[in-house]
Amino acid sequence: MKLSRKRRRLWVVVLAGLGLGTATALALTAFQDNLVFFLAPSDIAAKHPAPDRAFRLGGLVVAGSLQRDQTPDGKPEARFRVTDGPATIPVRYVGVLPDLFREGQGVVALGKLGTDGQFRASEVLARHDETYMPPEVAEALKRTGHWDPAKGAPPPAASWNTLEPAAASATPARPGT
Amino acid sequence: MAAAESLRARLLHDVTACGDGFNPAPQAPSLPAVSTLPPRPRPAALSPSRGGGALHRFANPGRFLRLTDRLLPWLWGAALLVLAVGAAWALAFSPPDWQQGETVRIMYVHVPMAWLAMGGYAGLAVASLLSLVWRHPLADLAARELSPAGAMVTALCLVTGSLWGRPMWGTWWAWDARMTSVLVLFFLWVGHAALVRAFDDEERGARAGAILALIGAVNLPVIKWSVDWFNTLHQSASVVRLGGPAMHVEMLYPLLICAVGFTLAFAALVLARTRAAVMEKRVRQLQLAQARRHEADA
Repeated sequence: MKLSRKRRRLWVVVLAGLGLGTATALALTAFQDNLVFFLAPSDIAAKHPAPDRAFRLGGLVVAGSLQRDQTPDGKPEARFRVTDGPATIPVRYVGVLPDLFREGQGVVALGKLGTDGQFRASEVLARHDETYMPPEVAEALKRTGHWDPAKGAPPPAASWNTLEPAAASATPARPGT
Repeated sequence: MAAAESLRARLLHDVTACGDGFNPAPQAPSLPAVSTLPPRPRPAALSPSRGGGALHRFANPGRFLRLTDRLLPWLWGAALLVLAVGAAWALAFSPPDWQQGETVRIMYVHVPMAWLAMGGYAGLAVASLLSLVWRHPLADLAARELSPAGAMVTALCLVTGSLWGRPMWGTWWAWDARMTSVLVLFFLWVGHAALVRAFDDEERGARAGAILALIGAVNLPVIKWSVDWFNTLHQSASVVRLGGPAMHVEMLYPLLICAVGFTLAFAALVLARTRAAVMEKRVRQLQLAQARRHEADA
């Protein structure tokens, strides 16, 4: 069968696209481990990075673990623990924490893991999650006991992303209404 | 003064009104068809019998000029109206975020710019496919005029993201997968804009640009899912996600309205640029025809 020129050009483009797509997919799969911006605590537990190697640690700040202090020369110092569930790593950081930093929030810290198992951070970035809500809605969720921001992610979006702020509190756990 | 006016009107008429191809000089039939283009198959619009009618209905530059002449004022009007509503809602009436405070309002520019950067690039890939496979006569011009606008919105996405990242994350920039892949998208836009203009032969430039644009399209899924495939500083998708938008409607609605407004303005800008490019091409053909006539007379 003789293909028309248009048809032939279309096939060339389709085949080139398939080849390129496959190559990209393979490359991304191969590099997936090297393209990480940060290591989770359980990655670190499995890999044991060398003590002199700087890397980024990422995870959630454990509720109730934050202790603010001052170094002898008057700089702010923070100690907290970072977890991803299976593993937890204590972190020490001297410097000013970003505004978004709080317990239950994601963080990415750059630093080195000491031989004592403590991570000495030279830079701490706060990670934002994908939720956006007005203060009243967050208040309603906290008041009704549906969400404790220090303990982790908010409840499923469908339960609070509607117009009615009352929707967040309409479900049980609120006696008298 | 009056003479200049009438000359301008005459030129405008010649450029916009007559002829359906890029060569707007049917009033000089004695001349052989002049074209700066190397012999390429005539725009298929002139031979609609060859199939693909729907595809080529808008391939006709004359029809494109007439259609957009009527469409553009409405498009600009709609864009301004929607943007005014969206800006007022987003900046004044929408609530602050419970932990980001007023800074969250950067989102109403940042997110539409990100969507436009990717949607515009998808449009560039489609135009490039039309140009490479079907030799669509308008697709080359549309692609050429699309890329500077696309580079602009991608730059705005990066700049607003940086301004947002500093107070929230604590850094202007991080080399995570999302930010790096969007930076690659910006370079693709700029590279395309430069490449199509780098050749003396416009058609070769368009061909090279189309190939670059199609290769670069693999970056689009990488951007979209970078936040799911890799550990990134950037959070995962808030609006287009399983389980519904993780954004309260009081913020979601103004965001969507801003996105529609920016998209309308982007479309109007690109259409206006493409119109200008078609007319510019016609002016050059007219001048060339005139020069040849003088040459023939001499």
